[in-house]
Amino acid sequence: MVMSVWRKPASRVALLGLLALLSVIGFMTLNVQADWAFILEYRGGRMMALLFTACAIGISTVLFQTITHSRLLTPALMGFDVLYVLVTTLVLLIWGGSELAAWSPSLRFALQVAVMVGLALLLFRLLFSGSVRSLHLMILLGMLAGMLFRELSELAARVLDPSEFGISSGVPQASFNRVNTKLLWAAAAALAVAGLLLLRWRRYLDVLSLGRDIAINLGVAHGRVVLGVMVVVAIMVSVATVLVGPTLFFGLLIANLAYWITGSQRHCWTLPASVLTGIVCLLGGQVVLEHVLSSTLPLALVIELAGGLLFIALLLRGVRQ
Amino acid sequence: MSHLKSPATRVPRTGAFWLLLLLALVVVLGLCSLNVGASRMNLLNVLAGYADDRVSKVLFASRLPRTLALILAGAALAVAGAMLQMMARNRLVDTSTTGPMAAAALGMLVLAILLPNGVPLWLRFLVVSAFAAGGILLFLGVLQRMPLRSALIVPLVGLVMAGVIHAGGGLLAHHFDLAQSLRAWNSGDFSAILRGRYELLWIAAGLTLAAMVLADRFTVIGMGRDFATNIGVNYALLMAVGVILVAMIVGSVVVTAGVIPFIGLVAPNLIRLVTGDNLRRAIPLAALLGAALLLAADLLGRLLIHPYEVPSSNLLSIAGCVVFIGVLLQGRAKWS
Repeated sequence: MVMSVWRKPASRVALLGLLALLSVIGFMTLNVQADWAFILEYRGGRMMALLFTACAIGISTVLFQTITHSRLLTPALMGFDVLYVLVTTLVLLIWGGSELAAWSPSLRFALQVAVMVGLALLLFRLLFSGSVRSLHLMILLGMLAGMLFRELSELAARVLDPSEFGISSGVPQASFNRVNTKLLWAAAAALAVAGLLLLRWRRYLDVLSLGRDIAINLGVAHGRVVLGVMVVVAIMVSVATVLVGPTLFFGLLIANLAYWITGSQRHCWTLPASVLTGIVCLLGGQVVLEHVLSSTLPLALVIELAGGLLFIALLLRGVRQ
Repeated sequence: MSHLKSPATRVPRTGAFWLLLLLALVVVLGLCSLNVGASRMNLLNVLAGYADDRVSKVLFASRLPRTLALILAGAALAVAGAMLQMMARNRLVDTSTTGPMAAAALGMLVLAILLPNGVPLWLRFLVVSAFAAGGILLFLGVLQRMPLRSALIVPLVGLVMAGVIHAGGGLLAHHFDLAQSLRAWNSGDFSAILRGRYELLWIAAGLTLAAMVLADRFTVIGMGRDFATNIGVNYALLMAVGVILVAMIVGSVVVTAGVIPFIGLVAPNLIRLVTGDNLRRAIPLAALLGAALLLAADLLGRLLIHPYEVPSSNLLSIAGCVVFIGVLLQGRAKWS
């Protein structure tokens, strides 16, 4: 009886939800030493940013894996995060810093998201136009593209301001401690837009994961839906990157944990599970690192390390099969 | 019979042609490198005997060591890349994209943590080389555990392993407040090279020559353990020699200048278009091309935002990524 309940994805997702809730409560209440108004403002802002990040990365990764039919590919591995950083730097380079500084940050964010969506669609078209079939080739190309974008933004940053560069690095590493809370509301708005777009296509997702031919056979306008889902992915990647910076393996980690935990292919389970896993990793991980282990190690690096090891394991297992 | 013989007689000639061309390229770039820098100096004046004291000081204390270091490091890295490709039996790997370089940078970090008061150069060189050797062995070990390997999964595993070592080093550096130093070691450049600070690279030059002597055997290694053993090559011994050679080259370069990416991937792969898989013919050309590449990257880095400098590792990464993507796309029919 207990086992059969446990096998249901619903109960597993519910348990994940409980864990996520505990993480949120722990994050907000452990070791409070200042007065509550300050805590609420300081930790609340960070918590919201991390929640949005978990949403954005969790959903974008699962969607991306659905349309590419692979559990190894993620937007971050294909260099989309770093592409956003490159867009930011290039926008600065082309329009000039002073002119743009007059714009409000939200407006700048909107402009960058628009450019990003365009570029992501272009990149996606290039990669998935059918000329590149092999999965490993695709990941390799994506990782190299990511590296190329990273180095290009670094070069652009150096050329922009050689004397400043020595102090601050060109492409910031992802950091879950210093989150960007200034753009919280702009990020929320972008997430809402992406969510609404996704609602339109939610019924097609499970069909898409059956593969292109079957999906077309079942009456899905495959090209259009995939393009739409790609727009959602691009917006969400922009949101995550503007909040915490570019990650590499975080999406891979939470999406694969979500598949493993739910043991289901259906998006009504995997999408929320992936988001909840992301929340547990980010907030719970922060609580464990800060309060239980009382260490100052950056969570982002711990997660990247774990994700990298998981990636190697997945690769080796895939080879063996 | 004549049509069978003709390629054999033609190939050496093109080899000599490319050798001369690359040699000329290295000489020209080297002269440019002597002539470019923050301090004004005209090489023609020096040669004509007009040199005053300041000029010759700049030349011999800074410009000449830097140029020599670039040539030695570039050549050595190209050779190390070619050898690693034979040992891993895959053309798409390099010391910078599979872990050895990241491991060497980790070695620098560990030394800085354990012995913060400075370490004699020879000890630093040995420790960093040992870390690089560890990186190579880890990579080759993982490869051995993969029964079926597609040509593409090998560089993929390598890239991720380098990333994992990098992330581990980042954690350690953050804990000991050395993140800035690790960053500096990870983006190698030659701006701090003066007389007395590059001589370690002569060891790399010696190793490069040793690799040229052993080139034929490594060509055999590239054909696999069984084949090599069959024609009487001591596979295990040669592999050990290869690991040590590559590790010491990586160690000397990382200690002197920091991580210099992609030369070992780009140079051998471009040369292979000319010579095929024969390492004895390829290695001298690859060494020259590697030297030319590093000289060019360093020159460009010095000129781009003069009088500031862009580290050559930054520019090399950009060029390397582009070439790597090009190689992948060109061969995609073969691999997919």
